[in-house]
Amino acid sequence: MSNASTRKRGIPNPLAWIGAAALGLFAEIGRLAVFSARVKAAAFTPRWYFGQIWKQIIQIGFYSLPVVGLSAIFIGAALALNIYQGGSRFGAEQFVPNIVVLGITRELGATITALMLAGRVSAGISAEIGAMRVTEQIDALESLSASPYRYLYAPRFIAALIALPMLVLVADIIGVMGGWAVSVFGLGFDSTVYLRNTLDFVTRNDVLTGLIKAVVFGAVIALMGCYQGDKSKAGATGVGRAATLSMVGAAVLVLASNYIMSTLFVEFGL
Amino acid sequence: MTTPILSLQNVEKRFGKNHVLRGVTLDVAPGESLVVIGGSGSGKSVMLKNALGLMTPDSGQILFNGEDVTQSRGKTRARMRERVGMLFQSGALFDSLTVWENVAFRLVNSGIVNRSKAKDRAIETLSKVRLGSDVADLYPAEISGGMQKRVSLARSIISKPDLIFFDEPTTGLDPITADAINDLIIEQVRGLGAATVTITHDMSSARKIADEVAMLFEGKIIWRGKASEVDSSGNPYVDQFVHGRADGPIQPAL
Repeated sequence: MSNASTRKRGIPNPLAWIGAAALGLFAEIGRLAVFSARVKAAAFTPRWYFGQIWKQIIQIGFYSLPVVGLSAIFIGAALALNIYQGGSRFGAEQFVPNIVVLGITRELGATITALMLAGRVSAGISAEIGAMRVTEQIDALESLSASPYRYLYAPRFIAALIALPMLVLVADIIGVMGGWAVSVFGLGFDSTVYLRNTLDFVTRNDVLTGLIKAVVFGAVIALMGCYQGDKSKAGATGVGRAATLSMVGAAVLVLASNYIMSTLFVEFGL
Repeated sequence: MTTPILSLQNVEKRFGKNHVLRGVTLDVAPGESLVVIGGSGSGKSVMLKNALGLMTPDSGQILFNGEDVTQSRGKTRARMRERVGMLFQSGALFDSLTVWENVAFRLVNSGIVNRSKAKDRAIETLSKVRLGSDVADLYPAEISGGMQKRVSLARSIISKPDLIFFDEPTTGLDPITADAINDLIIEQVRGLGAATVTITHDMSSARKIADEVAMLFEGKIIWRGKASEVDSSGNPYVDQFVHGRADGPIQPAL
């Protein structure tokens, strides 16, 4: 047996493996890009299913309020404690309200909300659409002259674009209040002074950058959920895998896009 | 000669190395009931999905009423689908919609009628498949498998299509319910004068609803004849399949 055939059958060629993995990655990015373009085209041109959009705003926005609120209050509270502890090393405890509001509005409010929704919403969308795919409901939709892009995916995409900024605004307020509660009731801050410092320090750009991030995160979460659900393979394993992939993919893309946007905001002085 | 309502000409479809359809050629005349039989994995469902435009063939042509719809999209495809009904193997009812919303989906979606009139039409169509108005506001998960098939049948006939596809209409049903579904298919389809293409491996269903039977094997139509000739076709593949024998030219899918 020749060396070449030994390598072929026995030890995998690492270059071939890397090449195949790279090709697979590019193919997946290409498929996701085409899918995203089709969803966006359906979302920004008529016909719109307003009933479906409203239903999804309730599903994505309203039903996520408890989880977003709870996450925000604990993040705000923990942030205040840590800033107080760190600041006390060089006598900067008084900056707790300023740093809490900056951290929450510019970074944590949007990121924590998006990460929670990557789990709750992206995986949920993916499981729902995956189940529809494997039970032929999406084929049935097409056979009834309804486009799944317009009837299923665009309403979820539009709803996420609308709901995420609202949720982030709620998370910002609750997160700041979490920091306030710990500072006032645990660290001995004066309530009025804490709130005055917060309101004096926060700028419109701080809130705006968080809301811009929220729109992008909404798009990422909805697109990943719809994409993975749409290409779900048959069976419970296939649907479960789609839900996992959408959650992990959405979370990673949220963090990556967060970094890119933060860089751009700094570049443009926002 | 009448133009076939549906014509598949040398249709081929591959999935990677799996060559599923290897040149399927098939004509369906208006008002004709054609049943396509074939074992599991013979390509029946893939053939149906290509005919309906849910998949695009790799080569060959699909004509609907003489018009080439092989690669059609958008309005041409929508125009074709408005005249075609489909009963899916699993029923494929939308589980987030009530029974009447499922039945009237096409009417509401196309804006032909308002929701109130659509509900009336849905209840009227449900009565044609022996379902009362009491099920109209239930969700698909709240009714039995046989009822789901009847709801799906109602959904496929509500717009009075010219052509209806049935994908294993009796699979998963007990013999009595299966026979009732066959009766409903005959009654409703004859009433509409629609052509039908049914794929099944249920021979009692095939004998009952078919004008003609075709057999698909390894991605090709290997025999076609009148339903009355299926038991004496002289084709060893058809004989083995019709009589359900393990011995013969077709290897069991184990």
